[in-house]
Amino acid sequence: MTKKLKKRLRRIILGAAAFVAAIFLEHSIFTPESRIILLPYLIAYAIIGGDVVKKALMNIRRGQIFDENFLTLIATVGAFFVGEYPEAAAVMLFYQIGEWFQSYAVNRSRKSIRELMDIRPDYANVLREGEELVLDPEEVRIGEIIRIKPGERVPLDGVVVKGSGSLDTMALTGESMPRDVHPGEEIISGCINLNSVLEAEVTKVFGESTVNRILELVENASSEKAVTEQFITRFARYYTPVVVILAALLAVIPPIFVGNFPAWLYRALTFLVISCPCALVISIPLSFFGGLGGASKAGILVKGSNYLEILAETELVVMDKTGTLTKGSFVVSEIASEGEITEEELLYLTALAESFSNHPISLSIKNCCKKTLSLEEIENSEERAGYGVITAWKGRKIFVGNEKLMAEQGIAVPALEKPGTICHVACEGEEQKEYLGYLVVTDEIKEDAASCIKKLYASGVKRIVMLTGDRKITAQDVAGRLGIKEIYAELLPQDKLNIVERLFSEKSEKGKLVFVGDGINDTPVLARADIGIAMGGMGADAAIEAADVVIMNDQPSKIATAMAISRKTLVIVKENIVFALGIKVLVLLLAALGTASMWAAVFADVGVAFLAILNAMRAMKVKEGKGTR
Amino acid sequence: MKKTYFLEDLDCAHCAGLIEEKVGKLPGVSESRVTLLTQKLIVEVEESKATGLLKEIKKIVKKVEPDVEVLEK
Repeated sequence: MTKKLKKRLRRIILGAAAFVAAIFLEHSIFTPESRIILLPYLIAYAIIGGDVVKKALMNIRRGQIFDENFLTLIATVGAFFVGEYPEAAAVMLFYQIGEWFQSYAVNRSRKSIRELMDIRPDYANVLREGEELVLDPEEVRIGEIIRIKPGERVPLDGVVVKGSGSLDTMALTGESMPRDVHPGEEIISGCINLNSVLEAEVTKVFGESTVNRILELVENASSEKAVTEQFITRFARYYTPVVVILAALLAVIPPIFVGNFPAWLYRALTFLVISCPCALVISIPLSFFGGLGGASKAGILVKGSNYLEILAETELVVMDKTGTLTKGSFVVSEIASEGEITEEELLYLTALAESFSNHPISLSIKNCCKKTLSLEEIENSEERAGYGVITAWKGRKIFVGNEKLMAEQGIAVPALEKPGTICHVACEGEEQKEYLGYLVVTDEIKEDAASCIKKLYASGVKRIVMLTGDRKITAQDVAGRLGIKEIYAELLPQDKLNIVERLFSEKSEKGKLVFVGDGINDTPVLARADIGIAMGGMGADAAIEAADVVIMNDQPSKIATAMAISRKTLVIVKENIVFALGIKVLVLLLAALGTASMWAAVFADVGVAFLAILNAMRAMKVKEGKGTR
Repeated sequence: MKKTYFLEDLDCAHCAGLIEEKVGKLPGVSESRVTLLTQKLIVEVEESKATGLLKEIKKIVKKVEPDVEVLEK
């Protein structure tokens, strides 16, 4: 609790005590008719509402009559005027309690969201001239070596030069599995070093490091306001004046016809108590803020309340294949040898032939072969882009490559209708070239990709379309396994935008189009879609920049989680709007008819704000895996 | 140019709206946004009008909510 809040609380308690004392006096010492009872109530009123009166008077001087302080002043002074002393003091008391609680709630949620995003590193241990210095991360330069001890937070992005260990990326990705790092690998600021001393060379200054970019993004997120929020702001601007004018009319017009001015005045004053739209003005942004906070806790960065709002209306999801649904890392999925050679020998031979190539396919084959490669046996190796490699080994040539390479060399290959990349292997024999067999290399589908698609359909997404630059047969295979019905394959990067444009024209007007990609090559599409979601935002600057929603780790199921958070937030927002407005309108009606007292009005004002705020705070809580709701 | 201010102790939604509106009407200011929950005021202002801006904003804030402190970021 801040000092200011504590001070206000003390005054409220003191005022409440004075109020209770006044009630006691009224019922014991003084006779009900005695006007002297005004005095203790006035004292209580002054203690509780002194600052409100002061502010209200200052505002009158400036001509701000629709200010809530002023309206509370009028309502309470009016209540004194019609002889309702306890109510006058009570309205002021509850008004102050309500205000205090609002401040308290805002402070609380602000604090808990800050704790949620408590990833800012406080210091960096820098090695300068052999000495370890503790510096502010902002003072560290690129190329310097930092030391990260167990339990410390990685202060800047860098590359490990010494030591291996595990990093806790929870705060960044929502992922509880620690990540192992070894020399030569990148480490990302904001992670916590779990078990061993690491030394790393800094690759980015603090301002450009991941942790700082994320913090800036989260802090600026709530300034992009949702349509509902803007509506509430506009609504609030009209609500107060309208209620005040109605109150004025109520006080003046009916008495002309039916008389009994004090009774009508009391009803009008009741109106004034309900004239503040606080419950809405505070609880709606709080709900969105909570939703954004909850999402970042789950490793999903949403760049603004507006995106959180749109996400719930997703009708069409367009997904890139590689890097989004598949890992983008290749593995050997099948080895088929022909003739006398065994599968193991074929793999070894292929790995050896590919050993000088850095192509992803070659790397995956080398990874698959567990035997040590006798590189000295290789005499020469030629890599031919788009075809494969030709390697001279022990006096003869080995050919590893696609159908084009085989055709060029006049080697007959079996006709294969298989998904994945097929690597044919042949070698020079005694008389003619001999076909040895083939390897199939495929991109692995992410573990949660299928459940992600299922959850998306379950949550009301009508169409899911997969785009890929890959071969059609591979795309069909992946789509089939994931349950995706529509695919566009063999696309060039520029085709993706055209297809997304076409899909835009096919969807309904209200439904939104979401594009999910890994941020590489698809920046224009990310920007064109109603919402661009980038996967694997950790470390990928371009993706963080271009997307509206960034999923920090690479789990596609987080897309469904993000949508679930979005829907939950919107439900809370709607509940609050309906509840707050409903109660207010009801009490206004009852007050106009003379059946609602000022006590009911106090509830409609303060009580409703209280409940709406409690409800809004629910938005912050995110249950993992609740995507199907 | 974009300027960010920190509004310390701001916790009233109504006042946040008022501050946003009034700062938005200052000369040279094309956009003004107050975010209650981060206690930030983000202003888009012409370069030439930026120097005296803090003083003007302080004046407005003092009027609307005297307890709030304006800090430049």
